[in-house]
Order: sequence, then C-alpha cells, then structure tokens
Amino acid sequence: MTERTFRVWRGSGENGELTDYTVEVNEGEVVLDVLHRLQATQVPDLAVRWNCKAGKCGSCSVEINGMPRLSCMTRMSVFGPDETVTVTPMRTFPVVRDLVCDVSYNYEKAREIPAFTPDPKTSPGDFRMQQQDVERSQEFRKCIECFLCNNVCHVIRDHEENKEHFSGPRYLMRVAELEMHPEDTADRRQIAQDEFGMGYCNITKCCTEVCPEGIRITDNALIPLKERVADRKYDPLVWLGNTIGRRPKDTPIVPNTRRPAEEE
Amino acid sequence: MLTTLGLAAFVVYATARVFQQDHYWVGEYHYLTPFYSPCLAAQCVPEASLFGRIPVEFPPLVPYALLSLPILLLFRVTCYYYRKAYYRSIWQAPTACAVQEPHRTYTGETRPLMLGQNGHRYFFYLVVAITLINTWDMAVPFFHGTDGGFGVGLGNIIMFVNVLMLWAYTLGCHSCRHVMGGRLKSFGKHPVRYWLWSRISVLNSRHMLFGWLSIATLMTTDFYVSLMASGTITDLRLFN
Amino acid sequence: MPPTPEADITRYRYDVVVIGAGGAGLRAAIAAREQGKRTAVISKSLFGKAHTVMAEGGAAAALGNTNADDTWHTHFRDTIRGGKFLNDPRMAELHAREAPDRILELEYWGALFDRTGDGRISQRNFGGHEYPRLAHVGDRTGLEMIRTLQQRVVALQQADAAELGDPDAMLQVFAETAVTELVTDDSGAIAGAFGYRRVDGGFVLFEAPSVVLATGGIGKAFSTTSNSWEYTGDGHALALRAGASLINMEFVQFHPTGMVWPPSVRGILVTESVRGDGGVLRNSEGERFMFGYVPDVFRAQYAETEAEADGWYEDPSNNRRPPELLPRDEVARAINTEVKEGRGSPHGGVFLDVSTRMPAEEIHKRLPSMHHQFKELADVDITAEPMEVGPTCHYVMGGVRVEAETGASDVPGLFAAGEVAGGMHGSNRLGGNSLSDLLVFGRRAGLGAAARADDHQGSGVSEERASASLARALAPLKQGQGVNPYTVHTELQETMNDLVGIVRKGPEMEEALERLARMRERTDMLSAPGDRVYNPGWHLALALPNMVLVSEAVTLAALERTESRGGHTRDDHPEMSPQWRKVNLAARHGDDGVSLTRQPLAGIPSELLALFDDDELAKYLTEEELS
Repeated sequence: MTERTFRVWRGSGENGELTDYTVEVNEGEVVLDVLHRLQATQVPDLAVRWNCKAGKCGSCSVEINGMPRLSCMTRMSVFGPDETVTVTPMRTFPVVRDLVCDVSYNYEKAREIPAFTPDPKTSPGDFRMQQQDVERSQEFRKCIECFLCNNVCHVIRDHEENKEHFSGPRYLMRVAELEMHPEDTADRRQIAQDEFGMGYCNITKCCTEVCPEGIRITDNALIPLKERVADRKYDPLVWLGNTIGRRPKDTPIVPNTRRPAEEE
Repeated sequence: MLTTLGLAAFVVYATARVFQQDHYWVGEYHYLTPFYSPCLAAQCVPEASLFGRIPVEFPPLVPYALLSLPILLLFRVTCYYYRKAYYRSIWQAPTACAVQEPHRTYTGETRPLMLGQNGHRYFFYLVVAITLINTWDMAVPFFHGTDGGFGVGLGNIIMFVNVLMLWAYTLGCHSCRHVMGGRLKSFGKHPVRYWLWSRISVLNSRHMLFGWLSIATLMTTDFYVSLMASGTITDLRLFN
Repeated sequence: MPPTPEADITRYRYDVVVIGAGGAGLRAAIAAREQGKRTAVISKSLFGKAHTVMAEGGAAAALGNTNADDTWHTHFRDTIRGGKFLNDPRMAELHAREAPDRILELEYWGALFDRTGDGRISQRNFGGHEYPRLAHVGDRTGLEMIRTLQQRVVALQQADAAELGDPDAMLQVFAETAVTELVTDDSGAIAGAFGYRRVDGGFVLFEAPSVVLATGGIGKAFSTTSNSWEYTGDGHALALRAGASLINMEFVQFHPTGMVWPPSVRGILVTESVRGDGGVLRNSEGERFMFGYVPDVFRAQYAETEAEADGWYEDPSNNRRPPELLPRDEVARAINTEVKEGRGSPHGGVFLDVSTRMPAEEIHKRLPSMHHQFKELADVDITAEPMEVGPTCHYVMGGVRVEAETGASDVPGLFAAGEVAGGMHGSNRLGGNSLSDLLVFGRRAGLGAAARADDHQGSGVSEERASASLARALAPLKQGQGVNPYTVHTELQETMNDLVGIVRKGPEMEEALERLARMRERTDMLSAPGDRVYNPGWHLALALPNMVLVSEAVTLAALERTESRGGHTRDDHPEMSPQWRKVNLAARHGDDGVSLTRQPLAGIPSELLALFDDDELAKYLTEEELS
C-alpha cells in the first residue's frame, strides 16, 4: 500500500478545476479502483460513470495524463512511483459533472445511419454466410461504444463546428460494418460522404491508437469505406453511367433524425 | 519529426538526382537506376531505353523518366499511409493524438483540391505498370554478366531487393486491397479474390514499413548505380 | 455548476413502460412497440451498456446446426436436469421450444454469429448441455446481442421518424434514469413508476397500465461478484414493495470461474467457454480434481478417465463429457472444497489451464477477450501459463413469480422477464440459458404487457402520491450527519458473502438476518452530501435499501430450505430431498417485513417426463410421484 497524488477534474461546464487528492493505492489496482476509494473515503459525490469494471461495457472513458483511456483498464503500475495521476473528462463532449460527459452526440449520430436492411424476400433462418463473410464486420462489432475514438478525433475534438456534419470514427465504422454485411441490401456510400462526413477523415489513425478493443478502425473500416465512396462518387465509369441514366440506388439519410442546427 | 526528416531527405536526394541527367546507366552490366526508368529522352543511352525513346532532346532539368516520375510521386502523395504521415508531421492536423491542433478551421479532404486524394487507385493502376518495368530493368542485367550470359553482382542483388520492396509496397496498397477483394460483400462466393485479399491484407498491415523500406532501397539502388556509372566504384561480382 | 432543477416532476404517459434496458428489457420493448404500443424503456446506464454485455459464452438454442440430433426436447431435458427438477416446467418448455426462433430473429436483425462450414450459425459446447448448443460470437456473445437489440430499437425509431416525424414518438429510451418506486392504485394494480434522471437529478413519473421489470440481478449484495454496479436488485425490491411475490430466492449461482487476483479484479468472470473449448481445472498438486466430484445423479453422463474426457472434444458420440463441464453449482462447490482443504492456488483459487491444451494461435482465436482480460488486468499470458480462478457470485435463479405465457406477476399490470423473473432455471441455471431466456421471455412479457394495455388505460397517479415518492427520494440528501452509504454497502457485501455464500449454515444465516435487520434501520438514516447532479453517493443511498431488502429475502429462504440443491448448499443439510423438490418458497413483503410461504410446484407433463428414465427420476422424485 502506498499513497499517491491524484489530480481530478471537479465541477462542470466552465466552472471546473483540477483538485489534488492524496489517496491510498494497493497492488494490482486500476485507476477506477482509486477513484472509487476517493468516493468511499473523501468525496462521496465525485461523479464517475462506470458499469462493468472489466473493459466490456465502455462506460468509464476518461483522459488520464492527457490520453483518452478506459479507467478500468489502466493499471496503476503503468505510472512512475511518484508520478501524479491527472484524470479529466473526455474533452470532445460537454461535461455534466466531474468526470462524466454528455455523450448524446454519439446516440444522435447512430440514429442517422440507415439500419441493417435485409432483402425483403428473405425471412429469418434464410441466411447462409461463411465465417470469412462475417469476420470483417465482426471485428467492428467488437466495439464497446466507449466513444474514445470519437473523443480523440481531431475533426470534432478541435472543431466544434464539424460535429453537425461528421459522425466520427465510431459511426463511420458502423456504416462500413453494414456495407460489408453480406446480407445487407442498402447502399450508404453516397451518404457516408455527403451526410456522415467521410471526407473529413484524414486517416491520421488516432482512433485506432486509442481503441481499447484493438479494432483497426482506420485500415479496416475507414479506408475501405473511403475506397467504396470512391467507387460510388469518384469513379468515371459510375459518373458516365449516371449521366446516361443508370443511377445507382442510393439509400438516403434517415429522415427527421437530424436536429436542425438552431436547436443545438 | 523523424517523419519530416525522412521525407525531406528523400525529396532532396531524388530531386538532385533526377535533374542531374547523368550517371544513370552502367553499360557493362546493363544496370539502370529506377529514377531514370523508363528512359524516354532522345539523349538517353540507346541500350538503357528498353521501351523506346521520344525523338526530342530534353532540355536541362527535365527528368529523362518524364512519364513515370510524376505518377510515382502522385502514387506516394495520395497513399493512405503517407497521407497520415504528412498530415501529422507537416500539416499538424493533428500534431499528435489528443493534442490541440493549431488550425482554426478544418475541412479535411472535402474541398475540391483535396478530393484528388480519392484518385489513389488510378495511380495504383499506373504504378503497377511502372513496377513491371522496374522488374524488367532488374531482370535484364542478370543476362549481361562480365563475359556475357548469366551473371550476378552486388548490383543485381540490390536491384532485386529493391524490386521486391517496390512490389511489397505497391501490392500492399489500400486501393489494391479494395480492388482485389475488399469491395466485395461476400467472400464465400469468391474464394480466389478472398485468397488475394487475405494475402494483400498481410502486406497491407505492414504498409508503413514497406513504404519506408522501398524509399530506402530506391535511394540505395540509385546511389549504387550512380557510383558505378560515375566510375567511383566497380560492381562487386559474385558470379561472372 | 448549472442550477439544480427545482423539485418538479416530469410526467409521461405510455402504454408500456419497460424498466431495464438489457437483453430482456429491449426485447420486451421491441415486442410491445411492434404491437403498436407507445413504449418507454428506462435504463439505469447509458443505452447499450447493460449487464448483458458481460455474457460471454453464448445463447443456448436447439438449432441442431452442429449436431442434428439436438431438439427442443433434449434442451428441455438438460435445463430440467441442470435446475435439479425445480424449474417451472412450462417455462422450461417454452424456452426450449422458442429459443431457436429468437436467435434466428436476431440474425435477421443484423447479428453476426460465428458460422458453421455450411454457412449456418455455429454452436459450441457448454456445461450441462448434451449437444453443442450455444450460438456465439467468439467470447463476446452478450455484446453482440445487446448491440443487435439496441440497433433494432434504433431501426424501429427510424421507421417512426420517417412516418411520424419523430423518432421518439412510439419508442423512447430514457437513459441513465433509475426507478425508485412502483405506484399502484387502490385496487392494487400498477399505475406507474417514479424515478430520477441521474444526469441532472430531475424526477420523472411514468403513468402506464403495464410495467415490465427487466432489471437483472442482485449480485452487488455480495463482495465477490461478476456483476456490475447496476445489479442492486432494484426490480426484485420494487416488485416486493408493489405486492408481488418472489420465488426461489435462496438459489444464487456462484460461477465457478472468476478471477481471484489481483484483488481489484476479484470476481470478474472467466467464461465457461474456456472449459467448453478444452480448458481443465487442476489443484496445487497438479491433479484434475473434478473427476472426484461427479455426483451420483450425473455419474452416467461424465467421463471417468482423463483419456475418455480428452477424447470427447473430438468424438463426443463415443466418449463421455469431461467433468469440468458439470453444471456450475457442482464445479463451484468442488473448487470451494479444494481450496478449503489446502490444495488451492497461491491466491486462494485453483488453476484453469488452456496453455497446455491448445496452441497459442488457437487460444487467440477462440478466447480473444479472455486473453486480453488476463493480459491487461493480471499480467498473465494465458497462452503460456494457467489462470487462477475461484467461484464468484454470478446470477440469481430466484425472482418475481410470473406466469410462463405472459410474464405476468401477482400484481395486475406488472410483468417481469430475464434474471429478475424466477422459476425458469429452477435451482441452478445452465450456462447459455440466460441469453436465450432474455429473448424468449422478454418477448413474451412485452406481448403480455401490450395485451394488457389493449383494455386497460391505467388509473393515473395523484399529486400526493407523487410528492410522497419525491420526498422519500430526496431524504438522503437532507439527512445531514447520517450514515455513509459506502460503509453500509461494504458491510452488506461482506455479510452476504461470508454468511450466505456458496456453502451455508443455519446459525450463520441467523446471524446474517440479525445484521441485516440492523442495516435496515441504518438505511433509514443514509446521508449523501452534495446536490442532485450525477451524485453517486445519493444514487447508492437510493439503491442500498433495495439490496438489503432482497438480501433478507435470500437469507430467509435459504434458512428455511433445509436441503442442498443447485445454487443452495447447506452444510447442515447436505442431502437433496424429494419432498423439498415439490416446494417453491415465495417471499412477500408486508408491514412487518419479508415473510415466506410454501407453494407447490407444477408437475412436469407426462409426455415430457418420459424424456427421463426411471433411474434418473428416482434420484429426484418422491415415492408417490414415481408410482
């Protein structure tokens, strides 16, 4: 057992500040354990969002010494013996209080993406898919929706104005997942670019770096989606086909799911 | 920082060499540096121009490999790995993960000028042709040994490694991965393309590595050929 | 800091209100919405974070994809065997019959299960299941299920957005909202639910003729548990206070394999698939001790030698199953005994080894999240060394007594599904039966709730009633120098773990009851400093009385049942009694606390009883039942 200095963001909105605490740390503990000890012994109202404490639910996303991480999967042993551990809320989303953010941006973006669309002529039990058919999308479905990728993405982290027309790595990956689903019949390539902002992504890979599930978001989801967008939008043959009149059936964005900007 | 230096070193070296219009050909063993391949200018050494010459004398500072160099350059400029590298290191968007970037606005690859990045696949197609030429360039010297016929020198080995790296980089390209199989919805129905896609995926996961290795082998090959061509060194022959 | 909202209450009216947004809750909500009912889903956490994501192994359904001999009959038989014949037979039957359709439905909504060679859903072996039966996605099946249901909810909302202009018009999710009280009318029927939003502390009142409880379990009443903070027994307590009865509360499942070290992760689940895929249990002497723990009732189905057990993985028709795959209660007790008798691992567990059983690459492929979990949390590479594991509180078989067909409880308008409902699993749940339970009975409860809303409006909730609920919810914030909820919670967990844990003794449980009574008094004086905005101390203060109440029900029932069966082991009554098999203990809540009644258990229909041979039945049933 040792004593450590924790510097924790307290407060909400504009009125927060970093507060120092000295707290007991035991062998094998993770940052979330220490936050819980703070709650139980010093600050019962310290707001921390968490659920499973096993890296499976993606609730306890925070920034630890400036890096976006799950607090339940960050072991205390990764810090130097006298290092101060600074814990702040995710920067991209508005702070509700202390370490808890309002992550509704993510749920709004999720609703805009046209859902899985099987062929209406099929019914449950008809699907025959090979393991290799499902593996690509399965990787993306490992996502625990911790939103660390959306948090770290500079497109919205540093540019609030982009939030309206950029869905972030999490939801562009969701589009890729559906586009790679062998039984899906919708075509979301056009809206991936025009509505969900695929073009804003400059593939600088921070999303992949912070993903606690180790999903290769950039290489396996975002770049393939960019290539699919190129198939649809930047391919001269498709362009020619369009002008002659063989227009591909683009699935539109789901109507009435995007809030008008003035309500924000 | 390292990325910036590495890219800068390559650009400076390559520029100096392609504008030099000299020391690109070792007649004895038929070594041709990739920076001058295919050699198109009327003043190219005839044996070096395996694919013919344009009957026009290129003025000074015009690269002899006028056709291939811009394509190679644009292939690497629009490459998904290099884009990441220079957006981060030169453009500072972002400087590093979770570090505030020094721009007031950001539009990524949405503006007309940047939309060209979506044309990566077309440069890929062209570069496949150029890499085939490089492969040919690499094969020819094996049949021009010291006494004629088959021969192997250090130059051959260097060129062989270079071509290997060029293929590893070119075939590991994200566009290649997409075209060969990635664009399919179902792999089960296309076993051959699935096989291609999975092999390419292996190369693709090391795309950055091959990106840098191929730059290094290109420079090495060119440097070695130029040293020989200028008479500074002679080839170390291993067999004939 | 934003101003704390005034103590106003936001009222909503719905046809169906579902409390809980895990597998059962979402499935119920989908069913109710598909019946055209305006439906609300109340989730204590964010949407999609439910405890269902923790389920790893798979969902049991007799699809017969991997072994065509598997039918719903064999699934039914395994379920009854696993539950030691205490299951509600009708529930077990419906579950076994309908699970395949529910799984295929998920697939049709976009779930991507692992595949067989011919392109169908692959199925894996699991403890207590005679055939490979668990549809799975690596070792993250629960996540796949919750995500699919979540996305199905979104798909329905999208249809409403297109048609009605508002995605929330017919089906709305209230995330991070907790219910503190169910409101009943003068006739005792459900009128609504009262709760608060965690984010801003605002109060909400849902008026509805039908309420579905899908709140999951009670694991947070124990210190070593695989359950997350949400598992505070809210639904069990809400049902008790609303007048419903809970059955089988004495049956608490301890999963045999939880992590034991380091202390901060003690209890985190190590999936049963580790054993299903070939992992073996060894004690400190290197012995595969499970061979010594096969009980008589299972003797015929399990291997007697290591060679036979190892042969089973490749050739299940000519070899019997390894004893590591006995039902969970048997394995948990065996580990407990080994540790107690001094043959445990350094940190008080036993060794679970896959490293010597399959190549590293295979382990990465089949058990990716286990590899990740041990690497990240314990610095153990499971491809190179064994894991240390021990029992952890995992699941409560007991819950609200419901009608099998509709999920209706004793209280008109109150329905329950999933872990909060009782009866389906008898005295012990088989692995994999939980995920399919959520789907089968989630849907049925949703349909039941929708049917009630067809001809009931709900009587509404008066202002007085609402403000009384509000005053009770605010009490801990106004208590001043009161009792620290974190302290009481720790005491409760230690009490339940030590005195009402995996092996129980009469006097210890009597002591537990005394302690619980004292805790109940102290929960009236809980104090949480701070305001209402995302105040975890306050949230715990509101959940703690639920845990104490449910713990009393568990302890009372455990003290009353003087036999050992499934998830209830009495040191002082080690035998299983055919007389007790006929009895469900039902707990109710009245003015003088929790009380128990004995209720007869429905008999298994004769055509299903014929699935078992006489020798097996003789081990469970009384003489007169047999004749």
